Amino acid sequence: MKEKLKAMKAEALKELDAAANLERVNEIRVKYLGKKGELTGILRGMGALSAEERPVIGQLANEVRESLEEEISGKTAALKEAEKLAKLSKETIDVTLPGRPFQIGRRHPLTAVLDEIKEIFLGLGFEIAEGPEVELDYYNFEALNFPADHPARDMQDSFYIDFGVLLRTHTSPVQPRVMEKKAPGIPVKVIAPGKVYRRDDDATHSPMFHQVEGFIIDRKISFSDLKGILLVVARQVFGEDRQIRLRPSFFPFTEPSAEVDVSCIICNGAGCRVCSNTGWLEILGAGMIHPNVLKMSGYDPEKVTGFAFGLGVERIAMLKYGIDDLRLLFDNDKRFLTQF
Amino acid sequence: MRVSYKWLKDYVDIPVSPEELAEKMTMAGVAVENIEYPGRALDKIVTGRIEKILPHPNADKLVVCQINTGAEKLQVVTGAPNVREGQIILLALVGATLPGGKITKAKLRGVDSFGMLCSAQELGLDPKNFPPDQQEGILEFAPDTPLGMDARELLGLDDAILELDLTPNRADCLSMVGVAREVSAVLGTELKLPEIKVSETDETIDGQVTVTINNPELCGRYVGRLIRNVKIGPSPGWMQQRLQAAGIRPISNVVDVTNYVMMELGQPLHAFDYDKLKGRSIIVRKGQPGEKMYSLDEVERQLTPDMLVIADAERAVAIAGVMGGLDTEITDETTSVLIESAYFNPASIHRTSKSLALRSESSMRFEKGVDITGCLLAATRACQLIQEMGAGDVVKGAVDNFPAPRENPVIRLRPERVALVMGVEVPRNEIKDIMKRLDFGVTEEGSDFLVKVPLRRGDISLEIDLIEEVARLFGYNNIPTTLPEGATTEGRQTAPQAVTDKIIDVMTECGLSEIITLSFMNPRVFDLLNIPQDSTLRQAVTIQNPLSEEQRLLRTTMIPGILDILSRNAARKNKDLAFFEVGRVFTPLRGEKLPRETLTLVAGVMGKTLSGWRTKPDDMDFYYLKGVLETLLDSLNISAYDIIPETGNSTFHPGRTAAVMLAGRKAGVIGELHPDVAENYRLNERVYVMELNLEDIIDHAGGIKKYSPLPKYPAVERDLAIVVSGDIPASEINRVIRKSGGVLLESISLFDVYQGEQIKKGFKSLAFSLRFQAPDRTLTDEEVNAILEKIQSALQENFRAELRA
Repeated sequence: MKEKLKAMKAEALKELDAAANLERVNEIRVKYLGKKGELTGILRGMGALSAEERPVIGQLANEVRESLEEEISGKTAALKEAEKLAKLSKETIDVTLPGRPFQIGRRHPLTAVLDEIKEIFLGLGFEIAEGPEVELDYYNFEALNFPADHPARDMQDSFYIDFGVLLRTHTSPVQPRVMEKKAPGIPVKVIAPGKVYRRDDDATHSPMFHQVEGFIIDRKISFSDLKGILLVVARQVFGEDRQIRLRPSFFPFTEPSAEVDVSCIICNGAGCRVCSNTGWLEILGAGMIHPNVLKMSGYDPEKVTGFAFGLGVERIAMLKYGIDDLRLLFDNDKRFLTQF
Repeated sequence: MRVSYKWLKDYVDIPVSPEELAEKMTMAGVAVENIEYPGRALDKIVTGRIEKILPHPNADKLVVCQINTGAEKLQVVTGAPNVREGQIILLALVGATLPGGKITKAKLRGVDSFGMLCSAQELGLDPKNFPPDQQEGILEFAPDTPLGMDARELLGLDDAILELDLTPNRADCLSMVGVAREVSAVLGTELKLPEIKVSETDETIDGQVTVTINNPELCGRYVGRLIRNVKIGPSPGWMQQRLQAAGIRPISNVVDVTNYVMMELGQPLHAFDYDKLKGRSIIVRKGQPGEKMYSLDEVERQLTPDMLVIADAERAVAIAGVMGGLDTEITDETTSVLIESAYFNPASIHRTSKSLALRSESSMRFEKGVDITGCLLAATRACQLIQEMGAGDVVKGAVDNFPAPRENPVIRLRPERVALVMGVEVPRNEIKDIMKRLDFGVTEEGSDFLVKVPLRRGDISLEIDLIEEVARLFGYNNIPTTLPEGATTEGRQTAPQAVTDKIIDVMTECGLSEIITLSFMNPRVFDLLNIPQDSTLRQAVTIQNPLSEEQRLLRTTMIPGILDILSRNAARKNKDLAFFEVGRVFTPLRGEKLPRETLTLVAGVMGKTLSGWRTKPDDMDFYYLKGVLETLLDSLNISAYDIIPETGNSTFHPGRTAAVMLAGRKAGVIGELHPDVAENYRLNERVYVMELNLEDIIDHAGGIKKYSPLPKYPAVERDLAIVVSGDIPASEINRVIRKSGGVLLESISLFDVYQGEQIKKGFKSLAFSLRFQAPDRTLTDEEVNAILEKIQSALQENFRAELRA
């Protein structure tokens, strides 16, 4: 019987070794270890054995069963692994094929720049105000210290709607509108983005364009604070290495007034085509709010001071994205819009 | 304003180069936009004398000249018609670069030529600035001109012209002396004003001219001076060169002098032919209704009571400060000249010049304000120059009608205020020094300064104006950079701004790209869009002075804007378009000055969605756009809306259009563009458009979404397919299912719509997936079946719906 068991084991191992798939392994398991399998068959002859032999054979039979079970499970695992590998290898795909396209729309570059500017000022504690695009002459000019019939009004050629009503030529009328509401409350920290209109239409002017007005009114606001805020903005928009430069200028509603340049983002100040070899790019106008403007809208210029600035969104978008033709911004060609 | 660097040096010491001067002036507030070097190209061009002219052996039209340049003798072949032996000419030497090209040693028809004789054109100069006989051929110069002289020096082109971009407040810099004052303040160097004095004849002006000012508010001063024995001729070369540098064309000695003094002192002058003035009188008055006058440019001008005119005893002879009249113009026959030097009200000149669309060097100065104290001096300067060039005799005295002489304003300047505004303490002595450099009078009172400001600086009347002077001359870039101190503030957007941002987010996430179009609207679009004659959309805000008829109106709808863009893209073969825009539309309000501005969203799609090797494209059809709309409303937490058929909208397809209803009010429209409208916009595909009033949307946008607990018990799903008449809207069926399904019906989802062979004609099959759920138990089949039966019978009752097998 011992020999029978050994022979059966050897035979089983041989068959197992030759088994090529899981079904075959299962057949072998049933054949040798199943209820009606060979091992059971052999053990059925145990009754004929002596009491001494019985435990020895019993033990041997158990050893054979355990060893076969181990082999079978080893074989099963090996076959499963091989099968998995074969399956994986069959499943190879060309990962260089393009992915499925998702249709995502794009923000207009002007909106993208506006969003960025709004973000900066929200972080600096400014609130965002708005004003009408069709505006009263009073807010667009008079409350901003533009004298009647003064050539300063010609700096901004207007579209007129009616007597005393026009398309706003800048976002500055939001200044007196906000001040009237808040006076004499301080501090006032506001930006006002929006569309503005001037009678100009050529390669570098669009009759409609976008500005962001910003202003602060508080007890001790100075020109040096204006420089500080503008430096922060210039660096956040155009990069940490930027410098700014202020040149004296004139706006009826600020004094002292300045044109503000940022060191050229292309050549870093060395001089190139974009900055006309000056090393500087003009990006905005600014100044201390004129005492007359404060007074007209309800503030005492002896008690508070303020600064204001207005920046052109188109200009910044063009510089930032390297757009060389203003008209592209209002042309709305799909091939342009989907680049942003 | 064009400023000759050479000329400027007559009035102020300039120890720096033109480039450095430009930089310093710009940084002090008088911006130099550009520097022009008129003679930069004229290198290696010198004077020479033609010693001998011989015919060319091989060409009839050429001659061979021997030229002496002082340094050498050169042979030059030329075809110029006006060459003469002994003539002084300009010779471009070998190596010179002219606008037409580089001069090289050449053989012309077999004869060597070492240079080129130059005409004005060949030098890149305007021939009209030279005598008529030289306008065609080569330039010719006086016989005593030194040989070998550089062309730049000879022509006064060894100069740099600074082009100033003046801000409207700096009218004082519209003259050479004014700029010199500014340079003196900026550089701190000495001012050298011209000495103005004139020798007069014994004849006096008394009784020869009367000046009456009818409107002293419009004419603050009127000075007249008389010149006799005038001999009209060309002005001297130096004056012509300076005028040319300033951009003014020389005309004749008297006219040139008036222009020269205007450029030098900033005071516009006018010269009348005295003998043509009727009644020896000047009357400054308003124009009369119906009055007409020919101006110097030979245009008949309608004068009005809004305009100030200069008249003699009978008629208007000039539009004050803007342009003189033709009748009293200086001509070659003029022998007596009345010089006018006046101060006119800036606003009045501005209005007149604008209404006549006539801008002149003169009006440009008057409208910005000239120095009322300088009128007499300017008239005298003109007399001096005419007298010095021997062109006339100056009559003794002047008529000076100056109704209300003004005092120089005295302004208090507080150093602590300077510090507060600038954010830096400027030392007292530095403030004082800056005032002195500006030639302002300064006295001290306690810790303050009292500053007496000359009237030529009309821009300075307040303390802040003086602080600006301090700041700009102290240097903006010497002011430190600080951040504002003060209470912390909360940065925030208003709710509408936040919702607008969200809308742009959702629209782009849904695959539509943002466009920005102009707010203008062409009146024609009403017809292009099939908008009925009585529609309120046709009542638009009108622009009085549009750039073109296409931009006459402000938009009342955003649809034409997006259709233009779709059309433009389609014309460029850009396919599969999905755009949106957020902007304002404008509605006139009766009795209000300002229109209502309504924030509006428009979206338009045509074509298909993106496709790829594994991705089938979707049609961007009605349901695509409706999906965008539903996603948008859902993102804004708006659930109480209805989308109902709209048939009467002539812009849209009658069977494929819906109104978006919010709380019973129409908030927008969505649909397929009417084929006629599509054709009007040259759109060959079906186009789907929606327009939403965002003010309504913003009003209804929900706040924070509230969480609802996840179900604890499983849901039961059942499908329900019914057949109903084809004209029953799905939303109606949905409503009945929802109502009859009761609280346990958790959701309804329509998953199939079929019309075709397997269904009766005129009917359609709808298949719904219904989901039932109870919060407190697992539903039994019996419960669900009972509800389903209720639903079925409700559908049968309402729509005669049959179950589809």
